Amino acid sequence: MRQTRTIELGTGLFVLLGFSALFFLVTQITNREFGLGDGGYQLLAAFEQVGGLKAGAPVSMSGVTIGRVEGIEYDFDEYKARVKMRIDSRFDRIPDDSDAGIFTAGLLGGQYIGIGPGGSETFLAEGDQMQFTQSAIVLENLISKFLFSKAADQQADPPAEESTP
Amino acid sequence: MPAPIIRELVDSIRETLQTLGAYALFAGRVARETPRALWRFHLVVEQVHNSGAHSLVITMLSGLFVGMVLGLQGFDLLERFGSEESLGTAAALGLLKELGPVITALLFAGRAGTALASELGLMRATDQLAAMEMMAVDPVRRVVMPRFLGGVLSMPLLAAIFSMIGIFGAQLVGVQLMRVDSGQFWSKMRSAVEFGDVMEGVVKSCVFGVACSLIAVYEGYHSVPTAEGVGRATTRTVVISSVVVLLLDYMLTAAML
Repeated sequence: MRQTRTIELGTGLFVLLGFSALFFLVTQITNREFGLGDGGYQLLAAFEQVGGLKAGAPVSMSGVTIGRVEGIEYDFDEYKARVKMRIDSRFDRIPDDSDAGIFTAGLLGGQYIGIGPGGSETFLAEGDQMQFTQSAIVLENLISKFLFSKAADQQADPPAEESTP
Repeated sequence: MPAPIIRELVDSIRETLQTLGAYALFAGRVARETPRALWRFHLVVEQVHNSGAHSLVITMLSGLFVGMVLGLQGFDLLERFGSEESLGTAAALGLLKELGPVITALLFAGRAGTALASELGLMRATDQLAAMEMMAVDPVRRVVMPRFLGGVLSMPLLAAIFSMIGIFGAQLVGVQLMRVDSGQFWSKMRSAVEFGDVMEGVVKSCVFGVACSLIAVYEGYHSVPTAEGVGRATTRTVVISSVVVLLLDYMLTAAML
């Protein structure tokens, strides 16, 4: 009887571990929400274009990671993307006229938010919205802009000389 | 004189076909008995304990080290392309779809399959199975089925545990040792890995579980009732299981890609 109970206990433990592993794989490894800890404070920023920014991406100042992107949603009042960031409470002296931009780490790397400090004496606090934002650069737009300006240049001066300054 | 060679060849082909046929018939018998065996669940639970819970430590240890190696190798490879933050994606997909089910199945064949085969073989050698038949107890129903089902139920769980520990191992090396950004590691992984990828691993490990368990109980049940026969049955279990798992793996991958 005692042995049966031990076997059942061991088996139960094994089955529980197995199913919790499956549950972990399904919920945490695939693209669902997961908590980043409740510490720190939340900042908001509205962007025209977030590009490939994802929840969980780092928020940095001068390259130092100070927080994480918590969520991205679409705001139908402003018709912009609203990005929620959770900033570590150690970094609580970000001037309220700082600007936020979306940059890419390396040529193929992930995107992150870079914050450039402003000069104000008052600091951002829980729930504040950042005033100045700079959208992610979409490579296709950049290329098409470049190509159109090239074409416009060529139409402007028909002589087929390459020596334009 | 080519005649003896040809005869030998024909004989070996016939023997192979015979084994294949016996396997198919045995598999059919096992499939027929499955619903009834599930009814006597306490026997199955005992076998889940034997082949599942007892394989837990080796599975977890192997998972950890496979994940850590994947972290190192993946980092070295991805660093050359300047995209080491994709390490999480690479490790998770590799573990979930391929390494988790396959290595767990190989370990399972080595740890649980051999135990099953030698146990059944020894029962055969010491006439326990014959004694059951004398008492009008069907040994397939009473002895083989719970062992088979226990293995089938354990395999997917073991593979899931392997993959989970492996991902943590990769994270350990990638994030803690190689300083890949933790947020990018997890966020890139989660944006790239889909539910279907997890399911692919689950389907694979279920198929491997059926294959390994069937081979183990067949080899044990049909072993030659001598010490040598039991030894050969365990060896054949490992060899056949490994080959079949790798063969099935290719076919399943091609089918599900």
